[in-house]
Amino acid sequence: MIEMPVSVGAGSLPAAGLVRSGARMHRERLVAWVLGLCAAISALLTVGIVLVLASETVGFFSQVSLWEFLTGTRWAPLFQEKSFGILPLLSGSVLVALGASVLALPLGVLSAIYLSEYATPGVRAVLKPLLEVLAGIPTVVYGYVALTLVTPALRALFPGIGVFNAASASVVVGIMILPTVMSLSEEAFRAVPRGLREAAFALGATKMEVATQVVVPAGLSGVLASFFLAISRALGETMAVTIAAGNSPNLTLNPLDAVQTMTAYIAQVGMGSPAAGTLEYRTLFAVGMTLFLLTLVMNVLGHWVRNRFREVIP
Amino acid sequence: MKREGAGGGGSGLEWGAGSRRRLARSRVFEVVTLFAALFGVLVLAVILGDILLDGARHLSGHFFTNYASRFPERAGIRAPLMGTLWLLGLTTLMAVPVSVGAAIYLEEYAPRNWATRAVRANIANLAGVPSIVYGILGLALFVRTLGLGGSLISGALTLSLLIMPIIILAAQEAIRAVPHGVREGAYALGASRWQVVRHQVLPLALPGIVSGAILAVSRAVGETAPLIMIGAMSFIAFTPESLGDPFTALPMQVFHWVSRPQEEFKGLAAAAIVVLLVLVLSMNAAAFVIRSRSRLEG
Amino acid sequence: MGMTPEYAGRGFRPHGLQSLRLTAGLAVLGLLGLLPACGPGSGEGLRGQVTIDGSSSTYPIAEAAAEEFQLLTPRVVVAVGRSGTRGGFERFCRGATDVATASRPITGAEDARCAANGIEYLELPVALDGLSLIVNPQNTFMDCLTVEELRRIWRPGSTVRTWRDVRAELPPVPIQLYGPGTDSGTFEFFTEAIVGEMGASRADFHASEDDNVLVRGLMGDRNSLGYFGFAYVAEYAGRLKLLGVDGGEGCVLPGAETVREGRYAPLSRRLFIYVNRASLQRPGTRAFMDYFMTHAPEFIPPSGLFTLPEPVYRDNLRLLERAAAAAEGEAGHD
Repeated sequence: MIEMPVSVGAGSLPAAGLVRSGARMHRERLVAWVLGLCAAISALLTVGIVLVLASETVGFFSQVSLWEFLTGTRWAPLFQEKSFGILPLLSGSVLVALGASVLALPLGVLSAIYLSEYATPGVRAVLKPLLEVLAGIPTVVYGYVALTLVTPALRALFPGIGVFNAASASVVVGIMILPTVMSLSEEAFRAVPRGLREAAFALGATKMEVATQVVVPAGLSGVLASFFLAISRALGETMAVTIAAGNSPNLTLNPLDAVQTMTAYIAQVGMGSPAAGTLEYRTLFAVGMTLFLLTLVMNVLGHWVRNRFREVIP
Repeated sequence: MKREGAGGGGSGLEWGAGSRRRLARSRVFEVVTLFAALFGVLVLAVILGDILLDGARHLSGHFFTNYASRFPERAGIRAPLMGTLWLLGLTTLMAVPVSVGAAIYLEEYAPRNWATRAVRANIANLAGVPSIVYGILGLALFVRTLGLGGSLISGALTLSLLIMPIIILAAQEAIRAVPHGVREGAYALGASRWQVVRHQVLPLALPGIVSGAILAVSRAVGETAPLIMIGAMSFIAFTPESLGDPFTALPMQVFHWVSRPQEEFKGLAAAAIVVLLVLVLSMNAAAFVIRSRSRLEG
Repeated sequence: MGMTPEYAGRGFRPHGLQSLRLTAGLAVLGLLGLLPACGPGSGEGLRGQVTIDGSSSTYPIAEAAAEEFQLLTPRVVVAVGRSGTRGGFERFCRGATDVATASRPITGAEDARCAANGIEYLELPVALDGLSLIVNPQNTFMDCLTVEELRRIWRPGSTVRTWRDVRAELPPVPIQLYGPGTDSGTFEFFTEAIVGEMGASRADFHASEDDNVLVRGLMGDRNSLGYFGFAYVAEYAGRLKLLGVDGGEGCVLPGAETVREGRYAPLSRRLFIYVNRASLQRPGTRAFMDYFMTHAPEFIPPSGLFTLPEPVYRDNLRLLERAAAAAEGEAGHD
């Protein structure tokens, strides 16, 4: 077998000694150049986002102390008695994301177990796409569902609950991220070699024992990765929380309270078309940068766990 | 999969009380996991059913031809529907070629050094950035710095930035799935790099690329947060005719109608959601069909 | 070297036609978006575009005017935004909009900014509003609040948490406060009128620039107290409870007469429209503004707001006429 280097750098020809026409060489170079430009644009994008966020964030922190931002417990940047502690917004986002995870993670993993261990191929072919539809539904639709279905139901269950509360948003965000957990976990479970299962069966294990004591631990890195990625998605969700969770930055752990998430704050201020250069405008970037970094960490963790701790290489 | 309880050995096994309990627990577990899987489907059915129930009565002909109105009976989605179609077209034209080109370059042309590895990692991370952060970027870059205002082109550019990483990732995956043997055979026959890409790699990767692109664009169509940030307006009763026009889109209209407490507007919101869902879900279905058909053949 | 397992599963070999079909499908998707561009292209009749942005209190009038005007003159398109009074001025003073709607007069700083950007404008009062205090209909013990009580509730650093903190004989039920956010002209007007300084307010309440959100909160929350423009009260009459305000002359409920006669104090206010003089050069904008001022008395009452006396609108029309003539004159001189 001849080892052909596939990518040795643009323009290098794999089979030396071949005579090529000048025109073709030009075309090759042009094509490579155009494609390289496309890649450069996307590389620019990665840098651009960070630059844009960072530049205004730096401006923000020239007016507000980083310590107050990170440790303050009151977020009131626009009122007279200004206060720039991000913790209420952070707690709002985390509260909603945690609530969503409580719903989505167990259900997602259990569904994945069903799909990979119990379902016949026919059932899986129907069930899996249906569950993925949940992921394709636009988020504003989930806001509608929160408003018309979930909040009234919650208010019937918990009479003291306010019109705006974190729990409503948690429920719909949980439904939204369920497919993420399910599909990544299922992928991890299916990658577990059959031999492992069969060995366990040979030892007299029940199906449940095989699933919970062999398959899930073997696919644990995939499950963990799905958790991180799903939580990252939950943190970044805007419309459902804007519609259902409210606009009061509240440092609370009670899901029945109204809260304001980082995303809802950004949306609220964005709708007011703030003037460039004002502190109000800059809060957008400070909060946006916080959100960006938080989801970035979650995503990187997710990918890292997935790649590094792969117990099973298919 | 082995039948429950039929592990290994044969008739010599004794099924004592402990084993029977484990067996029973296992059967309960199966039911539990089935319910978990069905829960998602049940929720989907409830959501779709509720939306259809609320919105069906508004889905008349004039719902599509009327513009928005302060009177629920007169309101229609002509402006947002046109806005969404505009955004769909512009975003596809701007994002897909550049993204696919970038993916081809990264997979076929780029040298494997730290720089390209960093770019690849960054693109993977970008795909996970919340859409509202792209909205902030769009506001700062397109609306303010470039002075494009809250116009159609600002919206399309912002959405294009949003979906570019997603398309690049999907295209990369599709290109990577093409086995090396195909390339090596072509090279051995003296083909140039571009010939290999164009005639060998791309045709095989095309279903994956196309389905990935369709999924990404369908995501752009359903996004609201970035459009809020760049300033899509509340009352638009006209079809945008140029790239600089103010605009609105289906998700924005749903958001506005949902925000109004009157019951009739809830029904309108539901009807608009139906239209949006038809659009988004049919694109998802198309992507699914393309991908699964490519798996069946060959 | 043969087939790797992936190949057997994935990929198919689309011959030329299939490959063409796939790319064609994607291209169709892209071109589908250009479909809207194929609209009526005839150029007769008045054409133009008017962009309006600003107060959510004034929004119902602007929306009504835009809708009715476009039914008559469909080629002049009117876009109405709801960024709030402050956001409206921000866009107006950098020339991004033709008209700014406001629920308070323009401030000195905003005027300076307009001047710095070369924006000259007309200030046109357009309606009257009674900023209303609202509680949930299930609230049976509140009917009236004095200005002093309001100030104590809403001032910065306020420690009022329950109704008993407001008035000793009231039950110790916690109050859920709802109000417009800091971008709202209503917020700025209220704080100036009640607390004495524009923008001076406690920060721990449900704030939203979207009055609909406030309405929803007040309708659903038994212990709520909130404020917004009368337009939203009128619209949801049965589901909200209106409170009277005692400005020193006894308890007064907002209504057409009390607001017009100034008895509903200090929360009666005028709503304004600011027009960019340069925009009046465009016939479409001029036609719209003329339509607005001529027909304002027709669509203001249904929106829940109150009309100003007839002469005001005539004055507005005259101002518009003069400004348009001046603009034309300038154009003629070029």
